[in-house]
Amino acid sequence: MKPLAFYGQTVTSRLLLGTSQYPSPAILAEAVKASGAGIVTVSLRREGARLREGQDFWGLIRALGVKVLPNTAGCHSVKEAVTTAQMAREVFDTPWIKLEVIGEADTLQPDVFALVEAARILSADGFEVFPYTTEDLVVAERLLEAGCQVLMPWGAPIGSGQGLNNPWGLRAMRAHFPDVPLVVDAGIGLPSHAAAAMELGYDAILLNTAVAKAGDPVAMALAMARAIEAGRTAHLAGPMPPRDMAAPSTPVLGKANLT
Amino acid sequence: METLALLITLNGEPRELAASNLAEALAALDYADAIVATALNGEFVPQRKRRETPLAPGDRLEIVAPRQGG
Repeated sequence: MKPLAFYGQTVTSRLLLGTSQYPSPAILAEAVKASGAGIVTVSLRREGARLREGQDFWGLIRALGVKVLPNTAGCHSVKEAVTTAQMAREVFDTPWIKLEVIGEADTLQPDVFALVEAARILSADGFEVFPYTTEDLVVAERLLEAGCQVLMPWGAPIGSGQGLNNPWGLRAMRAHFPDVPLVVDAGIGLPSHAAAAMELGYDAILLNTAVAKAGDPVAMALAMARAIEAGRTAHLAGPMPPRDMAAPSTPVLGKANLT
Repeated sequence: METLALLITLNGEPRELAASNLAEALAALDYADAIVATALNGEFVPQRKRRETPLAPGDRLEIVAPRQGG
């Protein structure tokens, strides 16, 4: 079995964890450790010279010894996303960028037209783009043509915790791109959602709110990691096909006649 | 040469400072040793170009740093 790799970099864990919305920096650090995640997502925000929140946060992340995947969260245009990516490359010293170009404020769904354009510009400039996209196959093709070697379709709207809103579409995407690393990004609320995506054959899961907003984020991080591992193992094991009718699992032959 | 104070917009807020280029501005604003990235009027300015990037009145300067993200 070929190990999972993003842009040639082997990945040790199939869980990518967001770093936002935790009750405290200490709980964030514990949750990352419990999750076993080797990659965490980060962002760039305005830094005040006095408060310097960013410097403390960056110190905490660096101490965890994980890879970072910076995002362009909140960007609504190609220009904003490209400029943010350029700043992220310098600050985080990585060509990786989780490319988000938001098209709709209520659903936070990607503006896929701007996404493809930004992906093309960034790929040509040496970035290794992880596009936050939908399960649309034509958009996915365009992203690959633009230079993306990973695709990250949503499970459901960001932060909604709804799980996989379109399992059929995600299944079609997996079948259509058997050799492209596919990550379900956004919408996961429960370990069962994460396991379901892995059972479909997805390569990894990116989630944040489901862990950060759990009553016990550290315990939920562990539960997610286990669910992802279970789903992956189940996928490799070859799940049975569902049937419409019952079929007894205990042999019928040999049953005593007790009438 | 004396550097005159100029009024710019720093991270969305008006700010007066005495600096003739971006590197001087960061030092004047107390960011000298911080890990930050900069954009001037919506364009990324790499660290190595800060000293050769002049500031003008009315410029919009964004200074960003690592932060929590999903």
